[in-house]
Amino acid sequence: MNTFKISSKNLVRNKLTTILNIILVAFGVGILSILLLAANQIGNTLEKNARGIDLVVGAKGSPLQLILSSIYHIDYPTGNIPAKDAYKLAHHPMVKRAVPLALGDNYNGYRIVGTDTSFTKLYSLSILKGNFWQKDLEVTIGSTVASESKLKIGDSFFGAHGLTGNGDIHKQHAYTVKGILKPQGNITDNLILTNIGSVYKMHEEKPEHSAHHAPLAEAKEINDKQITALLIQYKSPMSVILFPRMVNQSANMQAASPAMESARLFSLIGVGIDTLQWFAVFIMAIAALSIFISLYNAMKERKYDLALMRCLGASKSKLFFLVLLEGIMVTLIGACLGLLIGHAALEAIGSYQESSQAKLTGLTMVPQEIYLIWTGLLIGALASIIPAMQIYKVDIATTLTKDR
Amino acid sequence: MIKISSLAHVYDKGRRLKFPNWEIADMEQWLLLGASGCGKSTLLNIISGLLKPTEGEVLINGTDLYTLPARKLDRFRGRHVGIIFQRPHLIRSLDVLDNLELAAVMAGLPVDHERNLSLLAGLGIAGLAKNYPDELSQGQLQRISVARALVNKPDLLIADEPTSSLDDENANQVIRMLTTQTKDNGAALIIATHDQRVREHIAKTYLL
Repeated sequence: MNTFKISSKNLVRNKLTTILNIILVAFGVGILSILLLAANQIGNTLEKNARGIDLVVGAKGSPLQLILSSIYHIDYPTGNIPAKDAYKLAHHPMVKRAVPLALGDNYNGYRIVGTDTSFTKLYSLSILKGNFWQKDLEVTIGSTVASESKLKIGDSFFGAHGLTGNGDIHKQHAYTVKGILKPQGNITDNLILTNIGSVYKMHEEKPEHSAHHAPLAEAKEINDKQITALLIQYKSPMSVILFPRMVNQSANMQAASPAMESARLFSLIGVGIDTLQWFAVFIMAIAALSIFISLYNAMKERKYDLALMRCLGASKSKLFFLVLLEGIMVTLIGACLGLLIGHAALEAIGSYQESSQAKLTGLTMVPQEIYLIWTGLLIGALASIIPAMQIYKVDIATTLTKDR
Repeated sequence: MIKISSLAHVYDKGRRLKFPNWEIADMEQWLLLGASGCGKSTLLNIISGLLKPTEGEVLINGTDLYTLPARKLDRFRGRHVGIIFQRPHLIRSLDVLDNLELAAVMAGLPVDHERNLSLLAGLGIAGLAKNYPDELSQGQLQRISVARALVNKPDLLIADEPTSSLDDENANQVIRMLTTQTKDNGAALIIATHDQRVREHIAKTYLL
């Protein structure tokens, strides 16, 4: 028998009120934790995948779309740019590293990316099994692709035209899996990597034409052709101003900065997040009010109990703590339940998500969640402080002599 | 030993009450008699440390109650004075045994499970240990409040009209138990009442 037991017994006695209050707190905290986790995970994904990429050059169109398609592999590409122009940019003195991308095909929804060895350096990829692709039609697949599509080294498959679906299959050429990448924790886990020549080959009418690509060096691969985009790393931060302007002056290319476009994307979805956040705060406020009202009302009846406990020798401060503890217990249980709900809901959302590129999971924690629990405790304490103050006003003698 | 001397209380409305001096030796049993409105409850509240008198002092075993700081007074009351009210007040969310334990916990004393059970047995209500107050009758509840008042082995037991809401049979039982149990536990007893049924059991009277 202790203060904790007395408080909890009293909460159990008023089951319905207690449950209502717990649910209110749980919903508020739940929504906040979903927002917190989702924003954190999306931010992480965006940041991780864009690491080391200062600029993306692609066909004119929406810069956001260009970023989404060539870094995050979510949206459709804006179009193609002449490989010759891209080659010129790639060898510009301001550029430290340029990674060409040729997109357009997929296998079961996993994008097939034609690129060269600079891609592996950009993402510091390493091989788990087998080798990197070397010749046309050889591919190295990401770890998620390997585990979910059950492709093994030596297997071959047909790519399909487009970025999703199996509608238009390139039956004339089959890819062969040469290697599987180590899990990187970024977008490359979901990609199928090959050389640019393979992508060209897929889209040519005459198979024999591509024969002359094979023996050529990688840099030559991109001559006379088109590629989808070029990921660029600067030599010095100074280029941030000059280089994009230079690219944008050309007739058919544009430069998009991942940092700027991510910020823009966040400001677009930010309105929704803000609204939800305020909604959650509103629910929490109602929870606090509800706890306050139920404790305050209960004080009328509990006055006898509290006077009795005073009579039995309890000090005022002990009883003050007793009432405070009830409010805190409700919000603590609510906050923990809310975190559980938040994680479970996010895991459920993640499992229904179509795009494997930005999958959400409820199985990770973020340190800010501890603040949610603290907020819960604080709200409980605030809501119960006024009812608890009543303790100091109760006149034991008159309360106990009067009838209930 | 309990001693009150030159005690007077002034009510909010200005009415002034003087109480005659009173000495109660260990294990003595007293009736506090008087017409209603003459200050019986006020005196009991003063003796039990719930109401600070305007003048005078209350000594329980040499401790002057109203020189103690509030916190110590609460604790002293919990440990040395057992109070039984006109209406039995029990905590509804706790069962009978927990209600008894509460008395020890609130007074900051260790819980003596065996003693609590034997107290209930002595009052003939051992079978109710796990019941909740809402399930019990007034007579049963009043017996439980007697048990609770005795939990901490108090020096003084104070009962304010303990029988007024009970029928003859229950009233007799409660009085008998009050007198025998206080004796067995070595406590002094004060019963404030105007109930004739109580008078037969106790000889010493203090008249207001």
